[in-house]
Amino acid sequence: MIILNGERSDVPGGTTVAGVLAGLGLRPDERGVAVAVDGEVIPRARWESFALDGDAHVEVLTAMQGG
Amino acid sequence: MEPRLGAALGEREQAAAAADDALVIAGRELRSRLLLGTGGFPSLELLAQAIRESGSELVTVALRRLGAGGARQSGSLVEVLAEAGATLLPNTAGCHTARDAVLTAQMAREAFDTDWVKLEVIGDEDTLMPDAPELLRAAEELLADGFVVLPYTTDDPVLARRLQDLGCAAVMPLGSPIGSGMGIRNPYNISLIREAVSVPVVLDAGIGTASDAALAMELGCDAVMAASAIARAQDPALMAAAMRDAVSAGRLAHRAGRIPRRTYATPSTTHTGLAEFGGGAGTGPYGAG
Repeated sequence: MIILNGERSDVPGGTTVAGVLAGLGLRPDERGVAVAVDGEVIPRARWESFALDGDAHVEVLTAMQGG
Repeated sequence: MEPRLGAALGEREQAAAAADDALVIAGRELRSRLLLGTGGFPSLELLAQAIRESGSELVTVALRRLGAGGARQSGSLVEVLAEAGATLLPNTAGCHTARDAVLTAQMAREAFDTDWVKLEVIGDEDTLMPDAPELLRAAEELLADGFVVLPYTTDDPVLARRLQDLGCAAVMPLGSPIGSGMGIRNPYNISLIREAVSVPVVLDAGIGTASDAALAMELGCDAVMAASAIARAQDPALMAAAMRDAVSAGRLAHRAGRIPRRTYATPSTTHTGLAEFGGGAGTGPYGAG
């Protein structure tokens, strides 16, 4: 079970980071978005190739007003 | 007749004079000494207006989970900030450990393509005061990772110097707790910090209104960061303009050098040539003046 932003998701293992973002309705070149998998930041350049384990914890963060 | 200084300076000369007094952080020259926080604005339109009125070149943004509190706000927020010509300064607001702050900063670097970070490591939910040991740890890690670190810190001159000595590009002491609007509760500590470090001092947190910002600059701070004071004002754009002018006035006053405080009056008009009318001496209740 992949955990996406703290919630159980139906994203299957093997999905790439780019695939997860597309599923969230984001463009591949979306500005102001960053991804971490299991506590490690995944650089933009690896979004297309990085495939998720079946039990990955994925955080997709974006810009919010603050500070 | 000599023209008055203000009248003699045209717009171009004023701009040149302002440029001479530019704020430099980590080699980056900033004309505005007011940093703007983007949190708390009721709408993106009001935020954009406030940025324009404030003249700020550096504005903070936070990172949160996509979809949390306003779904696809991100794209439009980043676009609004870009249209306003502002440079993003990501923060680590809400982080309570060095690890979370470092990860958040690294994600911000990916998201916004900047290695600048306003480092916040919060130690207490009620006061939102920084957690000093975690702050130092996070600063050290981020500096080793190539970040330009601007730490939010207490008004403690020793901690400020520690942060500078690690390599932080500036220090951002609080005037009073975040969002409290209590102004600068210990101006003496802010002055001590100004003396303790050579990197820019940016008064962060606690600003309530324009006079607080002016005081910060008069105390020798290099810049002021305001968020709630502008965002939650009844008219944010008007308050942004007030803060801009207050920061500018405070800076000029600091450079001009204020007069010392004295207990007794010092006449501003000479006694030389004072008329002596005679006749009435001793008739008043207080005798002759």
